[in-house]
Amino acid sequence: MAKQLRVDPTACAGHGLCAELAPELVTLDEWGYPIVTDRLVPRGLDRTARRAVTDCPALALALTRVA
Amino acid sequence: MTDSLTLSAPYPASGPAAGDHFATGSSAGHGGPQRLLPAGGAVPVDLRAHLARYGALRHLGGPKRLIAEVQASGLTGRGGAAFPAYRKLAAAAGSRPAPIVAGNGAEGEPASRKDRSLLWISPHLVLDGLQIAAQVAGSRDTVLYVQRNPRLHLRLAQAISERAAAGMDAATIELREAPDRFLAGEESAVASRLTGRPALPGYRLVRGLPRLGSGQPVLVQNVETLAHLALIARYGAAWFRTAGTADEPGSTLVTLHLPDGQVRVAEVPLGVPIADLIGSGSPVQAVLVGGYHGAWLSAAHAARLPLANSALRPAGATVGAGVVAALPAGRCGLAETARVARYLALESAGQCGPCFNGLPRIAVAVGHLAGPRPDPRARADLERWAGLVEGRGACHHPDGSVRFIRSALRVFAAEAGLHEQGRCSGTNPEPFLHLPADPPLDDSDWS
Repeated sequence: MAKQLRVDPTACAGHGLCAELAPELVTLDEWGYPIVTDRLVPRGLDRTARRAVTDCPALALALTRVA
Repeated sequence: MTDSLTLSAPYPASGPAAGDHFATGSSAGHGGPQRLLPAGGAVPVDLRAHLARYGALRHLGGPKRLIAEVQASGLTGRGGAAFPAYRKLAAAAGSRPAPIVAGNGAEGEPASRKDRSLLWISPHLVLDGLQIAAQVAGSRDTVLYVQRNPRLHLRLAQAISERAAAGMDAATIELREAPDRFLAGEESAVASRLTGRPALPGYRLVRGLPRLGSGQPVLVQNVETLAHLALIARYGAAWFRTAGTADEPGSTLVTLHLPDGQVRVAEVPLGVPIADLIGSGSPVQAVLVGGYHGAWLSAAHAARLPLANSALRPAGATVGAGVVAALPAGRCGLAETARVARYLALESAGQCGPCFNGLPRIAVAVGHLAGPRPDPRARADLERWAGLVEGRGACHHPDGSVRFIRSALRVFAAEAGLHEQGRCSGTNPEPFLHLPADPPLDDSDWS
């Protein structure tokens, strides 16, 4: 099942941990807020993506299934 | 394309502030079919006059029949998004538990006055529509969510009492006040407010009806959409389609800001030439279509376009909630845009980092461009920030704000050139576009 990383912008507080944990999937804008790739998460990065989701201090990230 | 002009005479619009008086001046009287606004002046219609004019509310049968009729009518939401009304009704009819129905008259857009004018003049059409939507959705409870305005609330409370005394409604109607904020009418903000929380937009991963804190879904329909629904239930889809275009049928309410500074609310068929709305009285340099999330068009361009999304979308604009503002010659379009950009930045709910950080910076950059000999970096900064806020909010506020500002940079490009040389074509420094006198600045004002 293809998956995509999504950020809830109302929950995100700009801690920036996601960009440290998953630099392949997340970069930070000039204010420290994540720019999440809209591409599907490659199979090899599945664990990395899940780690970013579970470790987000604001619980703002989600890994969603894409049909 | 219809070749008829306005369906009814333009009404002098009510003022924007709470407690402001609703003007009831004379109207020119074009004749033609009467739909939402009765011809002959802005006199409020009480229940007796309403029933005499439109007849009793007939029920077309079950929800399926009504949804099919609304689908055939082609009615779209008149709150700005132009979403097909039948699809929301169908979603509501299929929702468990049954949704609460909310008539949305928040009208947070400072340039729009059509919803309050409709509620003032024809409240019973809106209340009829609320009852029909409740019937389709299987709801026993409805809410009329209306901007702060004591006179209007008193008038609506009277209208609701009139109906209660007549025993004509199956669903309850609760009148609720919307905070005076630009985003107070955003669909998820309405749901939040009805939950008892501040009227802030929410993030939704899944589409569909927004939900209250209790989990009950909310069917949010703009009050004008509900009024059209009341007429479609009475007269049918074929009748509705006798105005407007084949793709965008029906009439719509517009708020016109004329170059002489007058503000009028009118009911016009969709597809009406924009040139006919503005008239040819005084010289116009640009037209803002769709409000402060809409787009500027040059006067020459706007004069060739009808008020219809099929023609406006390729030009980067939409009908939105029906605001058409004709900027007269002698005003600086960049200065007008800078004032509104600052307002839009202050109206960010502050929940999403890119919007909270980006819009104020963008507004400052527009302010530079509106001044003499702007900082040469302002333009590039603005473009970069615009790219960073687009598509990164929970609601459409960053996207709509950027659309408005980008359109100004296109349409007022020659003016920007003058400003680089330290000049400005503006001869009249008085603000043209309407903004609230004191934008609320603290969080308590969201509820």
